[in-house]
Amino acid sequence: MLRLKNVSRRFANGYLALDGIDLAVDRGEIVGIVGGSGCGKSTLLRLVAGLDHPTGGAVELDGAPVEGPRLDIGVVFQEPRLMPWLTIRDNVAFGLSHLGRAERDALVEGALARVGLAGFAKALPRQLSGGMAQRAALARALVAKPGVLLLDEPFSALDALIRMDLQEHLLHVWASEPAGERPTLILVTHDIEEALVLSDRVVVMRGNPGRVHGQYRVDLPRANRRSHSDFPAVRERLLEELRAASRPREPGETSRGGVTTARPLAPAF
Amino acid sequence: MTTWDRAAQTGGKSTQATPAAVHPPPRGGRVGRSLAGLGMGLLLPALLLAGWEAGAALSVIDTRLLPPPSRVLGTIAELAASGDLTLHAAATLWRVAVGFGLGVLAATLLGALTGYSEGAKRLLDPTLQALRNIPSIAWVPLFILWFGIFETSKVMLIAVGVFFPVYLNLASAIRDVDRKLVEVGRVYNLSHFQMVRRILLPAALPAYVVGLRGGLGLGWMFVVAAEIMGASEGLGYLLVDGQMTGRTHVILAAIVLFALFGKATDLILAGVGQRLVSWQDGFKSAR
Repeated sequence: MLRLKNVSRRFANGYLALDGIDLAVDRGEIVGIVGGSGCGKSTLLRLVAGLDHPTGGAVELDGAPVEGPRLDIGVVFQEPRLMPWLTIRDNVAFGLSHLGRAERDALVEGALARVGLAGFAKALPRQLSGGMAQRAALARALVAKPGVLLLDEPFSALDALIRMDLQEHLLHVWASEPAGERPTLILVTHDIEEALVLSDRVVVMRGNPGRVHGQYRVDLPRANRRSHSDFPAVRERLLEELRAASRPREPGETSRGGVTTARPLAPAF
Repeated sequence: MTTWDRAAQTGGKSTQATPAAVHPPPRGGRVGRSLAGLGMGLLLPALLLAGWEAGAALSVIDTRLLPPPSRVLGTIAELAASGDLTLHAAATLWRVAVGFGLGVLAATLLGALTGYSEGAKRLLDPTLQALRNIPSIAWVPLFILWFGIFETSKVMLIAVGVFFPVYLNLASAIRDVDRKLVEVGRVYNLSHFQMVRRILLPAALPAYVVGLRGGLGLGWMFVVAAEIMGASEGLGYLLVDGQMTGRTHVILAAIVLFALFGKATDLILAGVGQRLVSWQDGFKSAR
């Protein structure tokens, strides 16, 4: 289980990016984090990735504090960030240099096949389209079988069709693992629909300082959510929550940050 | 149909795309075009040489001061026949090779260090930048006193000349490496050494090759300076010897040989560099 305990992050210039974040994510859960720009959602992800350190509180994975980047926490960024001088195969193998050649080759081959890039092992990144490059980045993150996979607006630079394709693809890769071994996915996105399609739970954040506005369980069957008859209503409700989170606080209103009980987001009719 | 089935299908569909579809062989007339370009570029020198030769034959030009191309080529042939060419060329090439190697080695170590570490940059870079402002030839008297009049001082002078372009290019290229790629290295928990070797050096390679070529050019410049200062063999010695004995054809032969060797070594370096950075996706980069 991944836990954020009263996590704060104050930047060197005094700006409080995150203030008292409490969040618990179960193993194998998919959590979407949405919020306006500057609400600290990417900072939150960087803290979990170990790329940045909280100025207050702690990030713990299975009871042990996350003190820096670790191989069991994978990251997919908004851009593919492939090394342009390495072939797709070598890019996917980037984090596997501690393994023997045979083992590494087998893992990489499997990862490339899972993301549908088996024929592109020897291609260079410049020869791939944006969607293919992002799939290669996904393969690079997944090949080491991380327990936690962090995704920072991973599909936002892609066009709508490819984005939907990759969302399904991500779910497919996630679901292809046996139930107990699925990675925990934490997805930062500004796309409400993406959060709803992928997540078990959506965390809405509000900014300045970054706090948890509320958490909402997505009570829709996982398969084919987008075409579920309740989907528009659920999306509308989440949108309202996001609007509420983006409104400046009334004077005297206390923060609702730290709400940990998820309210269902299913329509009430 | 469940979501997973559909996802599997989309995955399957993209597997069927072949690599050939994304990178068609980008050849066609490349050799022909470069030959045509070469022909255009050769036109002017050929005309000049022909004019020069004709001028000498018609006694318009004083051949003692400016011997015709045929005489210069003849001198090179004589040097080759007597074995002197091998002796002098080998001496010069050896000095350039060793000086270049030492300069590149030092520049690569220091450039990687100051490019990567802010502390090392603050400590070392100001000193190196200050030293760079000293014209390298000014070191000659000091180097002769320090390292003697033989090979060491010559090789050191060349190494100093080679050092700066390589160092400057590498250090600034490393500082300019995309922060996003460096972050990938951090995600994978690379050590400082691994970060330099696996991300920073490869990413800086294109600029490094430019630095190497610049450094080699200066290496050839400084070998001339070093050999003029005092040498008993080498192409630079031929220059001095030709001046002392008033044989302008020997001087010109040495100049032509310098040009040939300089160009040849640069071509080799450029060719190797081109292969190393062929992954680049730039405007007019190798495709």
